[in-house]
Amino acid sequence: MAGQTDPHISLFSPQEVEFMAEDELVEIVPNMNMEQLNFISGDFGRFIPQIPTKVPLWLAVALKRRGKCSFRPPGWMSVDNLTQILEAERESQSTFQALPFSYVEIARLLFDHAHDDIPDKYMVRSLVEDIRDVRLHKLETNLGSFQGTSAVKISNVSAMEVNIVRPFVRRALEAFYKHDKPEADIDRDTRSSRQQREANNEPRRPLRQR
Amino acid sequence: MASNSETRGSSADYETMMSASDVELLKRAWRNEKAAPEILQYEGALVERAKEQIELVEESVEDYVENGKDPLLVSLYQMDLDRTQFLLRSYLRVRLLKIEKFMFHNLKSEEAERRLSEQERVFATKCADDLAKHFEETVLLKLPENYQSVLKQSQISEVDDMVPQPHLDTFVVCRSNNFVSLNLYEEGESPETVEMERGDLYFIRYKIVKGAIESGQIDLI
Repeated sequence: MAGQTDPHISLFSPQEVEFMAEDELVEIVPNMNMEQLNFISGDFGRFIPQIPTKVPLWLAVALKRRGKCSFRPPGWMSVDNLTQILEAERESQSTFQALPFSYVEIARLLFDHAHDDIPDKYMVRSLVEDIRDVRLHKLETNLGSFQGTSAVKISNVSAMEVNIVRPFVRRALEAFYKHDKPEADIDRDTRSSRQQREANNEPRRPLRQR
Repeated sequence: MASNSETRGSSADYETMMSASDVELLKRAWRNEKAAPEILQYEGALVERAKEQIELVEESVEDYVENGKDPLLVSLYQMDLDRTQFLLRSYLRVRLLKIEKFMFHNLKSEEAERRLSEQERVFATKCADDLAKHFEETVLLKLPENYQSVLKQSQISEVDDMVPQPHLDTFVVCRSNNFVSLNLYEEGESPETVEMERGDLYFIRYKIVKGAIESGQIDLI
């Protein structure tokens, strides 16, 4: 039902994250004539055969499924670009490469519905999966090195990745904050044992002793 | 989003005045509401506008179906309608969820009460009354004298400690729309600041960004 995701598992369900990503604009090439569409969310069209036009992702997928258009894969999804990004991701241990915020969802929807519009689709698909793996792994290892602060900067992390780590990081950071508040120096002794208890839904890693 | 000002529909006579930004605004309000631990300001005007547009489109879709318009177009309009309806409904439902969760707190705190719409306030009062009555009849009246209050643990409590309060120190993920500099700690403690550039993502304590969210400088993700 709308609005009833269990807040203890995750604030947004993956479907909701995908829903948010579906408003991203992508380029399609229609193969039929259609008048302009006056939606609540905006005006799109006119649709003229062979003239590329930008529409939201959900509309593009709907048209594609009915055989009314073909996709123009976004620029960042080329084999060259993705190989470059993959290498850069593997090199750096702590920074993330700049990718579109919803790259996971966009790639997923394109693979599911428009794979024949993607040149070298198997290559592209395996590259995207590799990039996802490397980034998730990086995210996990970086989580173990948080200091107790009130704000942690995460640049270039995408929507799905944020959603995955959100529950754990929230609890971990809350625990850090609770024990690090300036008046809470008395708790210093009991802090290390409490930290262990908070962080036990990911495989155990040695948290920094304070 | 396709940028546009006013355009007229083809057969149906409705205006799509700034509708691109309305759905965006609704999406933003929905996202913020979902991610925030406490209830946020009710976007009355936005909800009204969205409701009107939805009704208009519903009518025109019915017209299309009756007039036998191209079923492809009808289904596309229907999809757009469904999406907007989902946003609106989910927004209202998330607020109701929060009201139910923090029922007594919302009625006690003036700040929270200001953020509810008229109907929400009515709902909250009735709900709180019913709940209080239920507790009293089933449990509280059977407890010894000093423990019969719904709001306090016992007569000797100074504050209403049976009232759950929203957890404002929760960490949220946010993205800033402008350059913003925020004070990390509260008054009197060490004044550390965090500076956010446009487009940066941060895990941060909700209390710190609360004001910036209300003024629209920061979005929750």
